[in-house]
Amino acid sequence: MATETAGHGADTVAHEIEAGMPQLDFSTFPNQIFWLIVALFAIYFILSRIALPRIGSVLAERQGTITNDIAAAEELKLKAVEAEKAYDKALADARAEAGRIVAAAKAEIQADLDDAIQKADAEIAAKSAESEKAINEIRAGAMESVEAVAKDTAGAIVAALGGSTDQGDIDGAVQSRLKG
Amino acid sequence: MAAEGGSGLSIHPMDQFKVQPLFGDGPVGMFTITNVTLWLALAVGAVLLLMVLGTKGRAVIPGRAQSVAELAYGFVHKMVEDVSGKEGLKYFPYIMTLFLFIVFANFLGLIPMSFTTTSHIAVTAVLALGVFLTVTILGFVKNGSKFLGLFWVSSAPLALRPILAIIELISYFVRPVSHSIRLAGNIMAGHAVLKVFAGFAAVTAVAPIAIAGMVGVYALEVLVAFIQAYVFTILTCVYLKDALHPGH
Repeated sequence: MATETAGHGADTVAHEIEAGMPQLDFSTFPNQIFWLIVALFAIYFILSRIALPRIGSVLAERQGTITNDIAAAEELKLKAVEAEKAYDKALADARAEAGRIVAAAKAEIQADLDDAIQKADAEIAAKSAESEKAINEIRAGAMESVEAVAKDTAGAIVAALGGSTDQGDIDGAVQSRLKG
Repeated sequence: MAAEGGSGLSIHPMDQFKVQPLFGDGPVGMFTITNVTLWLALAVGAVLLLMVLGTKGRAVIPGRAQSVAELAYGFVHKMVEDVSGKEGLKYFPYIMTLFLFIVFANFLGLIPMSFTTTSHIAVTAVLALGVFLTVTILGFVKNGSKFLGLFWVSSAPLALRPILAIIELISYFVRPVSHSIRLAGNIMAGHAVLKVFAGFAAVTAVAPIAIAGMVGVYALEVLVAFIQAYVFTILTCVYLKDALHPGH
């Protein structure tokens, strides 16, 4: 049934096309052509007088803005590079300055230190010389005392043993013994 | 269903192309306001809406409408420059007019129940003849008799040149015919096929197929609407190039 319907439909189509295409109805041509020309002139005037110059200027303006922005960005970039250079230079200067100060301080401290060490050394030397002298004196004193004690003791021992001796002899003997 | 098929089904695929007076039933005279007038006016209105109102803001950062307008401008501008060369840019407004008119007429024609102005030979023939006459007159004004070099293929062997000249001459005069029939034929055929499918959609048994067919053809027609406008415009640019720089 569907095919039958379709067939009928196709017949109708064929009939309609045979009946004529409205495209080939020449009586409507002047009408179409007249209104088309009116429409085309309208569009042409809208475009050439208003739309196209406007869009063209907007595009040019945008291009200009972009170019300017890029140039400005380039300039800023250069400035930034310069600033970075200056900063680096300042940093290097500061480092050098700091190094110099540290070195100076170190040298000063070293000088102070050397001075102090020298002073201390001298003091120590003086003190040790003094001490040595004192020791020597003490030693000499002690020797003397030992001698006296030895003479006295020797005299006492001799006396105790019942000998009478001349003090001078005893002294001589002790001295010779001590020199040994 | 047999009854429905017998009397209910009537497909008139060409009725949509009928030119009728908008008011009353009288004959169609030259200045009668018809459905053609209405849909041409709507096309002009659409151009006005997009290209003038859409760009009203002149924004450096464009909105939606302005973006589309700029896109159309850039598209055609680049086409004219690439195909016709820098000298062709003088005729950019003219080519832009043709492009925008055909695009909007084609797309407005895709609205159901609308009238498609570009499906009529009368309309496309005026467009194509306009291009043909402009290009021919321009060719002679710009190049004088050198424009005839277009038909004298100097790179071919001498014996062949007269024959080629005849072929070139015929092809030159066939240009407006193919230029206009290509556009009208494509649009008319697509719309007629849509109407035929729509007619069959009334029959329950084949309705799903018919509706699927309509969807497919409609999608194709959307593509064709743009492509035919593009083809018409780029051919205009090619003809313009021939007029500005004849010779092969």
